[in-house]
Amino acid sequence: MNKLIGNFIQSNARVLDLGCGDGSLLAFLKKNNQVKGLGLEIDHKKIQECLQKDVSVIDQDIDSGLSNFQDQSFDAVIMSQSIQALRKPEVALEEITRIGKEAIISIPNFANWRCRLQLIFGGTMPVSSALPHDWYSTPNIHLCSLKDFEKLCVDHGADILDRQLLTFDGEERSFMKVAPNLLTEIALYRVKARN
Amino acid sequence: MSNDSLGRVETKSFIHKDSFSLKSGKTLQGFEMVYQTYGELNEAKDNAILICHALSGNHHVAGLSEDDKKGWWDDMVGPNKAFDTNKYFIVGSNNLGGCHGSTGPNSINPENNTAYGSSFPMVTVGDWVKSQDFLRTHLGLPYWYAVVGGSLGGMQALQWSIDYPDLVKKIVVIAAAAKLSAQNIAFNEIARQAILADPNYNSEDKLPKTGLGLARMLGHITYLSDDAMREKFGRDMKKGEVNFSYDVEFEVESYLRYQGESFSNRFDAHTYLLMTKVLDYFDPAESHEGDLAKTLKSVTAKTLLIAFSSDWRFSPERSRELADAFIEAEKDVSFLEIDSPHGHDAFLMPSETYDSAVETFLEKNE
Repeated sequence: MNKLIGNFIQSNARVLDLGCGDGSLLAFLKKNNQVKGLGLEIDHKKIQECLQKDVSVIDQDIDSGLSNFQDQSFDAVIMSQSIQALRKPEVALEEITRIGKEAIISIPNFANWRCRLQLIFGGTMPVSSALPHDWYSTPNIHLCSLKDFEKLCVDHGADILDRQLLTFDGEERSFMKVAPNLLTEIALYRVKARN
Repeated sequence: MSNDSLGRVETKSFIHKDSFSLKSGKTLQGFEMVYQTYGELNEAKDNAILICHALSGNHHVAGLSEDDKKGWWDDMVGPNKAFDTNKYFIVGSNNLGGCHGSTGPNSINPENNTAYGSSFPMVTVGDWVKSQDFLRTHLGLPYWYAVVGGSLGGMQALQWSIDYPDLVKKIVVIAAAAKLSAQNIAFNEIARQAILADPNYNSEDKLPKTGLGLARMLGHITYLSDDAMREKFGRDMKKGEVNFSYDVEFEVESYLRYQGESFSNRFDAHTYLLMTKVLDYFDPAESHEGDLAKTLKSVTAKTLLIAFSSDWRFSPERSRELADAFIEAEKDVSFLEIDSPHGHDAFLMPSETYDSAVETFLEKNE
């Protein structure tokens, strides 16, 4: 997955990773794309790991807003599988495309056939490797499908420049193109603000 | 544990003979600066860290002084501590205008051979940084690996990164701000008025101890959090009941009076006045019409900003403003807000998150 995101990013770009976790992605991009990276994270253990990797990190909650970031101040803003955990994904999308000249967003696809089967035949909320939590303790409060996300982009002024259909492990599978919303496990989007 | 203390430490002195012009337009005919060092300077001379002190601090950062007093940051500076003296050569100096050995209000003014007292010229953070740079040269250091400080000390670290971008690789700015708020200046003004209103202020043979004590009592409240005070004192009474008088009744009153009194015995009122003014005047963005991001454009140091959740004297929001300016200036900055109930004083106390953030940040090399 890091490599796929790396393919979307120019060398020497200024990159903001929202919810950067332990900083692995930024460390990877720093090494391979020579980016100038900055991460946002609220988990202090993970912030510690960022510092260990020499990744610059700001202790900031995305849900409290991103108004402190200037318009178009980053070449790319990354949000990797965390938009579904935000209180207001639509506001986040607008903010991300405001701050970044481009945004790279990945989402776990809740309309994947496995999820559908679990709900239809199991009668329980789907649990999978991309969405491993029980319904009551999941941080993923705004799950969506590819269709849902793409509609969000249309409704909130974002143009989709690129879309990759992936497995949970971040592998590309060409058969997914047959029925993306049914077969894709994780989708990776490159979007920008509509002019 | 015997391996975590520096043991007895020695105070050294550096004399700057040439005249030293201050931002105020005044000039000092040279100055003396006292300092302490801990750990060894390595062969490459690339492990020197300057620790800047805050309002009431001094050059005795760690270890035991001759009269067996622990340094003000002994919990964090020493062998295997957050600022590890096994790895770094650490320098602490007493700022100009201080009252612990460096040239200040108690020094003799060579122009009239009497102590400066209230005539000691106003100094600024910029003046301090300039004087610390003479100390750097005196110590034969090509640059500081890091400049570090909390509160007013953090402001010096910030000023270092702005004024001498080529001479500092990393800065750690803790519980500080890019400038004081009106509320903060207001607290300082009350502290000054307490001293200036003391009948002994400027007296020939008496010291304005009452005023200085009051100033310290006020300051002390602002360094603690509401919760920390509640926890420590609650409404506990000295004698278990009220006695309808103005004597000490509540524990918190007793504590504050003690703090004020002991401080007034070891600190100089003129220095206190000066330090509060240094704080009030601090505003590095002034040189760029208030635009902090523009001011930071020249900075090359990697920066770590730390704030504490319950600090209301220098609240986390002030550090966030600083972080935002660093980000806008496209600088290498990290920011951490540490949960602590200890208010502003938290910067003096080690904690797991605090120590390891500092350690990790200092350790990582390009």
